[in-house]
Amino acid sequence: MKKEFKASINRALNDANLTGALGKFSEAYRVNRAKAYEGIDFEALRGRIAEAKSSAACHLDEVAEVFKENAEALGAKVFRTSDPEQVKEYILQVARDNGVKSVVKSKSMASEEIHLNKALLNAGISVAETDLGEWIIQLAGQTPSHMVMPAIHLTKEEVAEIFSKEVEERLDSDIPRLVKVARNELRPKFLAADMGISGANIAVAETGSIVLVTNEGNARLTTTLPRIHVALVGVEKLVEKFETVVPILDALPRSATAQLLTSYVSIITGPSPNDDGSLKDLHIILMDNRRTEMARDPKFKQALQCIRCGSCLNVCPIFRLVGGHVFGKIYTGGIGTILTAWFDELQKSEEIQGLCIQCGNCTEVCPGKLDIPEMILEIRRRLVLEKGQPLAQKAIFSVVNNRKLFHGMLRAASVAGKPFTSGKFIRHLPLFLSDLTDGRSLPAIAEKPFRDIFPEIRQPKGGEKAVFYAGCLIDFAYPETGIALVKLLNKAGIEVLFPEEQTCCGAPALYNGAYEVAAHNAVDNIKALLEVEARYVVSACPTCTVALAHDFAKTLQDQGRSEWLDKAKELAEKTVDLSTLVKRLVEEGRLSFEEGEDLGKITYHDSCHLKRTLKVSQEPRELLQKAGYELAEMYECDMCCGMGGSYSMKLPEISAPILKRKLHNIKETGAPLVAMDCPGCVMQIRGGFDQDGETVRVRHTAELLAERLK
Amino acid sequence: MFEQFKTRATGVGAEVHRVVTRRDAVDFILGFLKKEGVSDLSGSYAVWADGPFLRGVDRELLKQVPGLSLKVTRERTAQAKIGISEMSFAVADTGSLVQDQSAVDQRLASSLTGIHVAIVPSANIVCDKTALFSRISPKTSRYIAFITGPSRTADIERVLTIGVHGPERLIILFVDELGGAA
Repeated sequence: MKKEFKASINRALNDANLTGALGKFSEAYRVNRAKAYEGIDFEALRGRIAEAKSSAACHLDEVAEVFKENAEALGAKVFRTSDPEQVKEYILQVARDNGVKSVVKSKSMASEEIHLNKALLNAGISVAETDLGEWIIQLAGQTPSHMVMPAIHLTKEEVAEIFSKEVEERLDSDIPRLVKVARNELRPKFLAADMGISGANIAVAETGSIVLVTNEGNARLTTTLPRIHVALVGVEKLVEKFETVVPILDALPRSATAQLLTSYVSIITGPSPNDDGSLKDLHIILMDNRRTEMARDPKFKQALQCIRCGSCLNVCPIFRLVGGHVFGKIYTGGIGTILTAWFDELQKSEEIQGLCIQCGNCTEVCPGKLDIPEMILEIRRRLVLEKGQPLAQKAIFSVVNNRKLFHGMLRAASVAGKPFTSGKFIRHLPLFLSDLTDGRSLPAIAEKPFRDIFPEIRQPKGGEKAVFYAGCLIDFAYPETGIALVKLLNKAGIEVLFPEEQTCCGAPALYNGAYEVAAHNAVDNIKALLEVEARYVVSACPTCTVALAHDFAKTLQDQGRSEWLDKAKELAEKTVDLSTLVKRLVEEGRLSFEEGEDLGKITYHDSCHLKRTLKVSQEPRELLQKAGYELAEMYECDMCCGMGGSYSMKLPEISAPILKRKLHNIKETGAPLVAMDCPGCVMQIRGGFDQDGETVRVRHTAELLAERLK
Repeated sequence: MFEQFKTRATGVGAEVHRVVTRRDAVDFILGFLKKEGVSDLSGSYAVWADGPFLRGVDRELLKQVPGLSLKVTRERTAQAKIGISEMSFAVADTGSLVQDQSAVDQRLASSLTGIHVAIVPSANIVCDKTALFSRISPKTSRYIAFITGPSRTADIERVLTIGVHGPERLIILFVDELGGAA
């Protein structure tokens, strides 16, 4: 990672206003969004949107042609181009033909994408952004930091400063007064403008309509007062049918700003009259700029389902720390990373893609059903293909690809780590590794890994069998979790098998874009885990479970190793996470817990992969309560703890504040104990509390349940 | 549905009133203009955009009101305090008003002034957008406008502020006597 990028992260993290404003907003957003969606079947709604937008994306060419025909039949002029340069030339030509001196713009991200303002200014045409946030940014000479709230990074004092310069009068920071100033300053510009430039939120092929959604009313004035209206529309805004406007209008304001509907929606279908009785000169530019190419790419086609609500930014734990000036260029946040890679160039996304911690918060709220983390992984993979793996990573992965060497090194680490270990933690790492212990301690490598303990466990034989997939962390750092798992299953009459050839699940390689390594890991594990006959393959690590149940097949397919697909599927079907399995066993009456003892308060931390990929969140809660604990929910229980595998080592400056927030939320519950189902989260949160000096105990659910078996 | 509409619309800052007859509506509006100090001074004008309601009203009565103009020009509207227009539909689940605003005076009167008074037939409340979409069509309306509460922004520090480029007050007047003609 380049020095400048790290510096920009640190600047953002130290900008109290930025992190404060974004933090407050994202907290309020969660509550307000939920309220706005009350009584609405969100899954059904986004299903409709995804289907309609995906269908349009599949026939982009035809749909654009239908739009052009229908809009032109009504008198609009439609220009379709793939080239951003041609867009600018076209608009400048219209301006020259009509002697345009001044332009007012209603927010258009597409125009930001092609730097239209600069082209107009160079041609001697004055341009005024009229969306308040955009105008502030324009006067400040900055770029937007959020798709829906472009100036969220500025304080009212800063805005007052910017406006004071513009009106040459000392203004104080009273917000309603500042808004009045904007109204008064922009009103004459609206009235004098020769051309209005807008974007479009939706373009309907069937009717040739464009739909504009705003709160301020600037789009109404932009499309009403100037004689010429130019709508600059990315082709991903196209839908086939007019009826699709309904679900998009249902979702867009709710997801963007938690409103039921914005103050204004305008559906413009062909030129309407000007106030002098003439008809509007209406130009609609359908801009491609690699969108068609994107639609043909099986991994990125879904990006065209985006309705640009910005909700992926609003729920992103990273975005709320660093904001849009670090996280993106024109388009920011998760979706911004993807759009930057395409509309700008892949290389420009190199650093920002690394900001994604893969927590999956955004996939849960996206009204277009985009899997942004998955697309970001694909960018990562393509970058690795293009540029190769960084040397240090290459070295690590070559080790990971050789199980014996890898496990040998982990064993060695338990000895090598000794001088730096105190109790259960590595508190200080030598020199270049010192960053890794910034904010939290790392676990010490266990003296005896689970694989060495396992043969000593006496088990019931002859009953049902389950293969235990331990994963590196449980095997080498937390063998006690593995022991607890065996105890739980044994009690239900299940014999646990532990194939020694099992190795790293490949998640670290996969999340770093090294698919080849991940595929190699997948094959090794499939061989090892299916070699023995068992009903289940069970894991107590959600990341490993996701690898076994979801990633192996995808990775193998991607790497063209289809001969392994059937086996991968077989493994996936057998794979289950521990809480789900234990709950099933309890329901079947095969397991029960001691009753009658009040164990006091406990709080539960949802691990990203467990909650969002595996959709497991109630099971561990129910089990812990059955075992005698009183559940005290923490605020943002399913917000990432900042672990993210190697993320916490690559970006400790971001991981640390996320962890800090998590620790705070845990402490706020007053519970002396926090449970979770992921050894990675255990490592992160336990390490955090260790440095924090707090006495909250951090345990894997498996251990707590095993202690309470009847 | 009226009650649901009223809850939603007031929830986003609109003021909702309801009268029975046309005559009541005129009285309400004239009273309102007086209260707001409409006069023949730049900045204090009122403009009233043409529509079915206005066609059934004694215009002589209105012509006597100082500052009120039934001719909606761009210049006059830009200097007006109040704009009066008619909206065809009210959508209950979002508290929105909807109108074919292809006629430019409709757009001017409802977007340039500080206060927008919207007259709506009580019979034309629909439950949601799906119901609305069976009654409006871009095939016949070139500029369909949805208005939901006054103009707003939260672009500075996320503080909700009413009235940016559009009206800062939206007064909705339901009139029972107007049938569902619109």
